[in-house]
Amino acid sequence: MMTLPPVEVLRPSSVAEAVEALQKHPGSRVLAGGTDIVPNLKYGMYDTQHLVALRGLSKELRYVRLQNDLHLGALCTIDQLAHDETIRRCAPALAEACSQVAGPQLRRMGTLGGNLCLDTRCVYINQSYFWRNALGFCLKKDGTVCHVVAGGQRCVAAASNDTAPVLLALGATIKIVSPRGERELPLRDFYLADGIHNTVLRPDELLTGIRLPKDAFAKRQGFAKLRTRAAIDFPSLNMAVALEIEKGTVKSVSLAVGALAARPALIKGLDDLNGQKADARLAEELARRAHKQCKPLTNIGVDPDWRRDVLPVLVRRMVLRAAATAAAAS
Amino acid sequence: MPGKSATIRLHVNGEEHTLAVPVQRTLLEALRYDLGLTGSKQGCDKGDCGACTVLADGEAILSCITLAADAQDRKITTIEGLASPAGLDPVQRAFADCGALQCGFCQPGMMLSARALLNTCAHPSLAQIKDALSGNLCRCTGYTKIYEAVQVAAGMRGPASRQPVASERAPASDSVAHAVKEIVP
Repeated sequence: MMTLPPVEVLRPSSVAEAVEALQKHPGSRVLAGGTDIVPNLKYGMYDTQHLVALRGLSKELRYVRLQNDLHLGALCTIDQLAHDETIRRCAPALAEACSQVAGPQLRRMGTLGGNLCLDTRCVYINQSYFWRNALGFCLKKDGTVCHVVAGGQRCVAAASNDTAPVLLALGATIKIVSPRGERELPLRDFYLADGIHNTVLRPDELLTGIRLPKDAFAKRQGFAKLRTRAAIDFPSLNMAVALEIEKGTVKSVSLAVGALAARPALIKGLDDLNGQKADARLAEELARRAHKQCKPLTNIGVDPDWRRDVLPVLVRRMVLRAAATAAAAS
Repeated sequence: MPGKSATIRLHVNGEEHTLAVPVQRTLLEALRYDLGLTGSKQGCDKGDCGACTVLADGEAILSCITLAADAQDRKITTIEGLASPAGLDPVQRAFADCGALQCGFCQPGMMLSARALLNTCAHPSLAQIKDALSGNLCRCTGYTKIYEAVQVAAGMRGPASRQPVASERAPASDSVAHAVKEIVP
């Protein structure tokens, strides 16, 4: 039995009240679906005194709106996105990724904002206090050493959110609100390569929604996830591709891979592939480049050598699948 | 540090309860330790196993990672509330008829996930059944009979006839269900 530590729960009824509460109580944390933060609190991973519960904001932040671009509220549940007709039409890879998050109960509880802000995961941190204490703790909490990278000074706990690679590949933008106002940020600038706190979100900021630009709807999209069981498990690898194809030729391509280290990786240097034919050789080339740039670590309890070997296979299959689909309707 | 407490109102199995609990009390703890409803099981206690599944407004959720205070505006159904005065829920009857259990620990969660599925989809395919129950772990790995039970509960088939071994006199499946019905208040 694991009990939650004593905390105070604040229940704002608007975004403005929520960010005010975050500002007023330094060190407070946001509670939305609770599927990530509650187990982590039970593990003693945070010294939080205050939780800002967003249940009162669900009417305000649970929208799926198609106005030129696609606008999604941060409190849309993962299950809602997996089944939403507009998303299946405009961003089928997002619907696909959502349908593969965890299990059905967790998808009903977990939210899009929560998934994007999911804390990084590692076999050495997602353990009970007793377990971590016995090992002498680690960089991410209470300790000074990394058990994954010998001598490592930066936490490499893995970004394990399935929506992040898709939204990265599709060029999504996020909306952030703080007491100072609102700002928009490309999702590619949101994540940091530091597993202790892997986003640029400041303590008094709240991610309130995402915007998917309309040019993404016409792209061929794909998502793939590797996990031990077909349900419940966090990814051992996940990836997404967005291909812009005109008359059988690539106009642009972006490929993102997650569950490696703290930041979901956008594969670099793909511009020279523009103009190539969208065929099996393109899939092979993308697989080769992803294999070169992605180095799975022992932060996930699944053999990193095997994950590295299987990564190009999954990329190749995903790209071929995506290239074969019809472009999503706008 | 004892922490703060709060007064919450829970609507469980058709009854209103007013409780004074620590604000960090989970719904599962409130059900089991404040209301004595121990049918919802405390398995992993971190949202992995599904043993704590309850229905909130007919939707299967995990009570071990839900704050009790966050369940106040929802109608909660636990395994204790699944049977009605008229008898067992068809899901319970089918699980008994099919012998869809080994140790039984995962059953309350399994049956509630099955009920949530049948509420929204009266005649699910096997794939839909597997998907709906994919958040509930059975460590005895007896899934075949569990899937069969959901089909039986949906009226899509009868319990598979199993030939009893000559030496054992197994009671007919009807009388098993009958006996179960009798012990339900």
